[in-house]
Amino acid sequence: MLPLELYAGIESAWCPGCGNFPMLKAFKQALAELEIRPQDLVVVSAIGQSSKFPHYLKCNTFNGIHGRALPVATGIRLANPHLKVVVTVGDGDQYGEGGNHLLAAFRRNPDLTLVVHNNQIYALTKGQASPTSDQGTKDLLHPQGVPYPPLHPLALAVAQDCSWVGRSFAGMPQHLTEMYKKALTHKGLAFLEVLQPCVSFNKVNTYEWYRQRVYEVETRPDYAPQDELWAYRVAKEWGERIPIGVIYLNPRPTLEESFPQLEEGPLAGRLPERPLPELLAEFS
Amino acid sequence: MPIDLTILIGGAAGQGVHSITTPLAKSLVRAGAWVTVVQDYQSRIRGGHIFNVLRVSDAPLAGPREGVDILVALNQETVALHLPELSPTGLLIYDADQVKEVPAGVSALGLSLEELLPGTAAGEIAVNAGASGAVLGLLEVPVSGLAQMLAESFAAKGEEVAGWNRQAATRGWELAQTFPHSVSLAGVTPPTRPRLLMSGHEALAVGALMAGLTFISGYPMTPWTSLFNAVAQRSLAHGVVLEQAEDEIAAINMAIGASYAGARAMTGTSGGGFCLMTEAVGLATMTETPLVVVVAQRPGPSTGLPTRTSQGDLQFVLWAGQDDGPRAVLAPGSPAQGYTVALKAFDLAERYQIPVFILTDQYFADSQHTCRVEDFPERRVPFALDLEPAQGVYERYAVTESGISPRRLPGFGPELVVADSDEHTPDGHLTEDLQVRVAMHDKRLRKLTALAREMRGLTTAGDPAAPVVLLCWGSSLGPVSEAVSRLQAGKVTVRMVHLSELWPFPREAVMKAVDGFKKLVVVEQNASGQLQRLLRQETGLTATKAVRRYDGRPFTPEYILRGLAGVV
Repeated sequence: MLPLELYAGIESAWCPGCGNFPMLKAFKQALAELEIRPQDLVVVSAIGQSSKFPHYLKCNTFNGIHGRALPVATGIRLANPHLKVVVTVGDGDQYGEGGNHLLAAFRRNPDLTLVVHNNQIYALTKGQASPTSDQGTKDLLHPQGVPYPPLHPLALAVAQDCSWVGRSFAGMPQHLTEMYKKALTHKGLAFLEVLQPCVSFNKVNTYEWYRQRVYEVETRPDYAPQDELWAYRVAKEWGERIPIGVIYLNPRPTLEESFPQLEEGPLAGRLPERPLPELLAEFS
Repeated sequence: MPIDLTILIGGAAGQGVHSITTPLAKSLVRAGAWVTVVQDYQSRIRGGHIFNVLRVSDAPLAGPREGVDILVALNQETVALHLPELSPTGLLIYDADQVKEVPAGVSALGLSLEELLPGTAAGEIAVNAGASGAVLGLLEVPVSGLAQMLAESFAAKGEEVAGWNRQAATRGWELAQTFPHSVSLAGVTPPTRPRLLMSGHEALAVGALMAGLTFISGYPMTPWTSLFNAVAQRSLAHGVVLEQAEDEIAAINMAIGASYAGARAMTGTSGGGFCLMTEAVGLATMTETPLVVVVAQRPGPSTGLPTRTSQGDLQFVLWAGQDDGPRAVLAPGSPAQGYTVALKAFDLAERYQIPVFILTDQYFADSQHTCRVEDFPERRVPFALDLEPAQGVYERYAVTESGISPRRLPGFGPELVVADSDEHTPDGHLTEDLQVRVAMHDKRLRKLTALAREMRGLTTAGDPAAPVVLLCWGSSLGPVSEAVSRLQAGKVTVRMVHLSELWPFPREAVMKAVDGFKKLVVVEQNASGQLQRLLRQETGLTATKAVRRYDGRPFTPEYILRGLAGVV
């Protein structure tokens, strides 16, 4: 295990009690236990409170624009498959702005970890409904309540052959650390959603609200994470009971493995000498 | 007088117009002629009609011209549509099985399958091979090269088909020998160094490969796609990772990620695709990530004319993105410039850690030109990285006098590379310290000082002291330079100033090149005069006249000369 101090970042600007704090702590714990050095790790984020995550860590960082962390992370992986790449983004960012990239990432299966901090609200912009806000959620933009049901990202992931799908809860630090470790060691796209209470803008989906509902999916007698239809039914479960744990396992070749160009090593820092006469010859 | 012929090959889609154009053009180039090929040029037709125009000369060509000297009609429609363009001494070669009405008074050579390949089961496609052989026959160019090339390109369809094409070409050539003709290329000899027949996008792809390209991401859109394809065809052989993205937003963000991690990366698009990319242009600027972006123009707004040409995105590309930031904008005028501009674009992006744009267009992208190998100099673009161990804490955005901070790659040492789209401290973390903000913004903009000194890329032609100046940019180079040489040949003195590097605007070089002018004419392919406005903004110079075209067709020398009526 590496010392936790290795990962100490700058002072955070999150609200006291924010669900991001236990996530940060558990993530550092997972990195230390897995002995992933800061220099070998790139955390890619975008826009939202959760996207400040890498700044409060010590690691290589690419904090990009709203919704676009996945394409940046995919580009990094293709340029240097030696890097451990983790995306930390929010529900608004990934499920709203970046939805198309989520669908494409499920198909591509890049070897990276996608962690979505799901607080069912836009916190950075002070409390608008997000794609995962429950039907009827009231805010300034929806005084009569959100008129339609929420997105089911985990069910979408199962339907689209994502190679690893899991969920955890910021109120269960040990579970969270274990889930981070499982996601970080999976080969292929590991999609981990973390239920992360927003103490400032979401007065409904609180720590207590989640605590009353979450259950560890591995305790189900019919637990079968390699069964797509089972995983789909479980992934769709939301409301009175919310499953956490590893929901779907679908090992398959990664994006990086599809490029023979990467067999001789990373593109990073590579400057191939190309034969100009040969390149021009086909035009003569 | 040099030989100057245009050959129009027209037919219905699927009749093999394209499949005979390239072998014919290549065999002419190998024989020593200069050829340009423009696809579907001057089209005014909907439906299945397609055509290619070859211009052939024994002297270097700047581009296409108007008029047709040899019309190759694979169907009746081609005769009806293009006969009015045929010059009075022009010839018609037609597929006698398809064309049933040949107007009286036109010198015409009909080719039938029965005549070309008697007693075989060859399809009508063989008539095309016969027609291209006939063209060479009329020009007195040996047919062996063409026959060989046709045999090679049809080899995949079996020995019999390849043989038919070879025989048809040879027979067409023989038939044409007996036909009266006045122009001969018999005097041209194969060049000592083989010449190249290539399109602008093909040359740009070769330039990008020579610059060390290892990563390209994009989304299909005409006319950008031909560049993406040109790289794709060579990606496995030359170790380029290519990814077709889910949209243009992903394409540019992927390229930025790859470049951040240390790949030499590019992306590209056209029109609406670039609208989607603009936010990430700001990201590349803010994170100081080297990036080459090709914007292949077509007429707009919105979807516009997808397969036509335009120079209407200059102002858009100059300013696309939020707030101020350093960038470079280049616009090659020929395949050779496409090659050198690509090398320069990667070099500037690498050394200044900025987005560099290459503006092309449909005409530049797809028209093929005969090029000299000498115009493709061997060059490399080294990395500009800080590889020494950092003294103290590594600062990705250290404030420097040049504005350029030491760039490292993640995973290549203990130094952490922290990049942020938010305004950030020198070590890359987000900040709301407004003094830091000003220092960082100034730092980024300071790159423009040295960058501006690297902007040259002026091509001049004609009389450098002439009172009339034609100012142009990008793919207008060929037609404008030919208009200038035609005027000069007619004892009208005129000079051309062409820009292939537009931003930072090469103010001093332009002022020097136009010095002493009496009339300044800006020639460009957009409606509002986008270079003209840039010129006014950067130099205070006011143009006397503008020649503009925005109907989606490329400039021709004739169009420009008509536009100059009253000026020269």
